[in-house]
Amino acid sequence: MIINAIFFYLFAGITVASAVMVIAARNPVHSVLFLILAFVNAAGLFVLLGAEFLAMILIVVYVGAVAVLFLFVVMMLDVDFAELRQGVLNYLPIGALIGAILLAELLLVVGGWALAPGGGHAATVPANVSNTQALGLVLYTRYVYFFEAAGVILLVAMIGAIVMTLQHKPDVRRQNIAEQVARRRASAVELVNVKPGQGLS
Amino acid sequence: MTIGLSHYLSVAAILFTLGIFGIFLNRRNVIIILMSIELILLAVNINLVAFSSFMGDIVGQVYALIVLTVAAAEAAIGLAILVAFFRNRGSIAVEDINLMKG
Repeated sequence: MIINAIFFYLFAGITVASAVMVIAARNPVHSVLFLILAFVNAAGLFVLLGAEFLAMILIVVYVGAVAVLFLFVVMMLDVDFAELRQGVLNYLPIGALIGAILLAELLLVVGGWALAPGGGHAATVPANVSNTQALGLVLYTRYVYFFEAAGVILLVAMIGAIVMTLQHKPDVRRQNIAEQVARRRASAVELVNVKPGQGLS
Repeated sequence: MTIGLSHYLSVAAILFTLGIFGIFLNRRNVIIILMSIELILLAVNINLVAFSSFMGDIVGQVYALIVLTVAAAEAAIGLAILVAFFRNRGSIAVEDINLMKG
């Protein structure tokens, strides 16, 4: 139990500290790297909670895909980030005020809150199956429409991102497959009867 | 020294607040704002998984999976908008984005 508490405070402390560094770092590349650190430690918290599948998904999806996407964009855009940092302190008082109010409210809610006895359960975790199996048992049966909707959301996001970032440059010659396939001999080859002694004009 | 549900909820509350604070602090930089939104969604996920674990109810993790999907889609779309905007304007300062006209 003491090991559990030590690891909870370790993971929680590093998560919160790296979240502070995400919003406070001067260089956005450092921000992305601290975001990765925050996600890895949140995955540790998930493991402590017994949600191993989600922990691994968090590492695969966030550290493997989303954070690298952020890193690509930060390094691809040639932005003067120092110029963007100007005027940061203008928003510090109002940001700190709203943040403090929000944190106080959330902590009050967390402190003065208790589970109702005998609360209803949507789907209890079956005994003696692993976390991944328990998740799959409900995800592919009762919540299969959620699963399909998640797939549709990802498809729409993929198509949207491609449509928004793909640009056709007018001076680049491209293949026109339909035109190439529809090409016939009559339009492509011309037979010229060349008389002897005369060249082609 | 038992770690209860409220410990996890407190961590999630602090992360959520840091995300909101980051949006206010870095109002000019869209990339940091997107990262702050990721932090907020991570806080939501921690809440969902903590409730799921302490109540013995697996559905919270199903919802966390859906939130994860939406967060990934949001990051991809947001960064695509950012790249398209940067191509048009040559800058990513949020304060310039007050026109819907191209």
